[in-house]
Amino acid sequence: MSAWRRLHVKVRRAHGLFTSRRVTEQYTWMYGPSTLGQNLSTGKPLRNDFFKAQLAAMRKKAADALPGSSWSPFDINPNLPPERADIVIIGGGVMGWSIAYWLKQKERVREGVKVIVVERDLTYSQASTVLSAGGIRQQFSLPENIHLSLASADFMRNINEHLGVLNEDPVDLQFNQSGYLFLASEEVAHIMEENYSTQRQVGAKVTLLSPTQLKEKFPWINTDGVALASYGLENEGWFDPWSLLNAFRRKAMSMGVIQCCGEVTGAVACSVVHDGITACVEQVQMPKGLEYQMVECAIVVNAAGAFSGKLAEMLGISSNPKDTIAGTPVPVEPRKRYIYVVHCPDGPGLDTPFLIDYSGMYFRREGLGGNYITGASPKEADEPDTSNLEVDHQFFEDSVWPRLAYRVPAFEKLKVTSAWAGFYDYNTFDQNGIIGDHPVINNMYFATGFSGHGLQQSPAAGRAVAELILDGNFKTLDMRGLGFRRIMAQEPILERNIL
Amino acid sequence: MLLSWRGQLRRKGIMRKNAYYDFTQRLYGSDIAAAFYILSLKGGFRFVGQSDWFRADQRGKFNWDFLNHKDTPLEEVDMSYTVINYRGLDNLEGQQSLRTLALRGCPEVDDWFLARLHVFEDSLEELDISHCPRITTGGLAALRNLKGLRRLDLSSLPGISSPGLVVILLEEMLPQCQIIATGYDYSIKQHGGEEEVQR
Repeated sequence: MSAWRRLHVKVRRAHGLFTSRRVTEQYTWMYGPSTLGQNLSTGKPLRNDFFKAQLAAMRKKAADALPGSSWSPFDINPNLPPERADIVIIGGGVMGWSIAYWLKQKERVREGVKVIVVERDLTYSQASTVLSAGGIRQQFSLPENIHLSLASADFMRNINEHLGVLNEDPVDLQFNQSGYLFLASEEVAHIMEENYSTQRQVGAKVTLLSPTQLKEKFPWINTDGVALASYGLENEGWFDPWSLLNAFRRKAMSMGVIQCCGEVTGAVACSVVHDGITACVEQVQMPKGLEYQMVECAIVVNAAGAFSGKLAEMLGISSNPKDTIAGTPVPVEPRKRYIYVVHCPDGPGLDTPFLIDYSGMYFRREGLGGNYITGASPKEADEPDTSNLEVDHQFFEDSVWPRLAYRVPAFEKLKVTSAWAGFYDYNTFDQNGIIGDHPVINNMYFATGFSGHGLQQSPAAGRAVAELILDGNFKTLDMRGLGFRRIMAQEPILERNIL
Repeated sequence: MLLSWRGQLRRKGIMRKNAYYDFTQRLYGSDIAAAFYILSLKGGFRFVGQSDWFRADQRGKFNWDFLNHKDTPLEEVDMSYTVINYRGLDNLEGQQSLRTLALRGCPEVDDWFLARLHVFEDSLEELDISHCPRITTGGLAALRNLKGLRRLDLSSLPGISSPGLVVILLEEMLPQCQIIATGYDYSIKQHGGEEEVQR
């Protein structure tokens, strides 16, 4: 009798659309007649579920129609930024997210500052961060730069303490501890010696090598024309920029920073204080379409990288007459640089440093399979056109390969496997970062113009800007030398080791 | 929140253990301070010219006789299975005659630690970093500065992805060094084939 009943149940179930029913049915079969009996009593065909769904939808409609519900006849884009915020960071690269993280890290009260990061392209197709070679070095000539790099290396050493999120994977930067090797010819050897003493004084671990020592350490180098070499022993190397960006972003978003995908297309000043203009309402345009949202904010941080100059112009900084203090434009413009991936099976091995030649050529190892990344800085006269990110392979043939093959004879036989181009946020004034507030516009801060070494200075620079905003002064590192004031006063602080 | 506190307390404990023994250094000199630091972390060492090792036992108790050997540098240090980290190397930095360093199974030894070992580049001859979970290929590139290295033990490092290739590259980088790398599966798995090359 019970067997016939079981068969009956099976036949009914077989008409069902829900395969999970069949699984549960198999299960209950093993557990004896009592559960089977339970199934039989509740087992009704699917028509009941269909009605249940309809009823639920009708109930929801009724609840929405009543007052007190959040339904509105107009479809609001859920991706719009909030209407009010404390700090708006324009630019979602590693610098912008670093500032956002440090702002949240330093706030004393929980949810003390409402921070929004506005990024116009979440695929980061043109962002300098992800297209960079990813190196970090302390071999600069300016003490502020050395301090920034050292502090950033310290940050990256303990990155999981800073940016570790509970229940998520630990941050893996894939840091290669290989060091930078700068080569100097006769003319610039004295500059290198001065730089070496500055670096040693500040605390960077560098050593000078003579051509014979160089040949002994790296037998694959051709030391013709090299008078002196400077080699980094510690805290130098290269890492994965995308991991750092994502680590900052993940941690900042876990602390409550709001990410917004949109482009800032204007600003409305809402109060004029003496000569200063306080820009405090930003117009953020959504990426696809004509929607925009006006965001009221107290502080604006310009971390837009290569496009900072254009952004500052659009926000009306240089709408003032050119010779006033308020009218000085932000001297940051994009400069296109190429990176070529080459494959050379007989190339130097695991100890290849990030070699930078005095002619402007550089290369480093990539992975373990005999691949290298190389490039060179073009001369001022033939800067490539910056309207797109197309790669010029002729540049490799003309400028990079000859110098590469001259310096490392093994590279005479190589094959270019891939290439890409990226923008430097080039500071046309003195090629060093601009960190600080605008002297006239009292709520605009800058963290841009790093001209190729922004990624390696981003953790420390983010902390400096956050200290400036929240504490009013630089606390850990004194970056007053890198402020906007030097641009007003037309006093460049030149970096003599830029590539 | 409790979980993150637990993690923070653990990290603070490790930082405290690896702090710089400034007081001991000023009173007794850097060699005794280094020796004291090693014994506090339950490691072991041997002085230059001596033949017996000073070790701390499981409970952390050790013999205070090492105080008799003032101003004698350390020759061999065994910090296996201790929580030594980058900051702890502050205490060992002045040792210019260190020949052997054993760091087997240390959970806090990572790539940055290996990069800092360049301070021993003239004297270090034997290095054992087997079973350290945090070491990756990028850190092994940092061993290029240790030109005097004769013996390197890299067994069972879970962080390296292609151990066979890494060992070959290291042998090219350090030609006079004998590299021991056991505990890896060197078999080459072919697609659909049955070939296996065992090292």
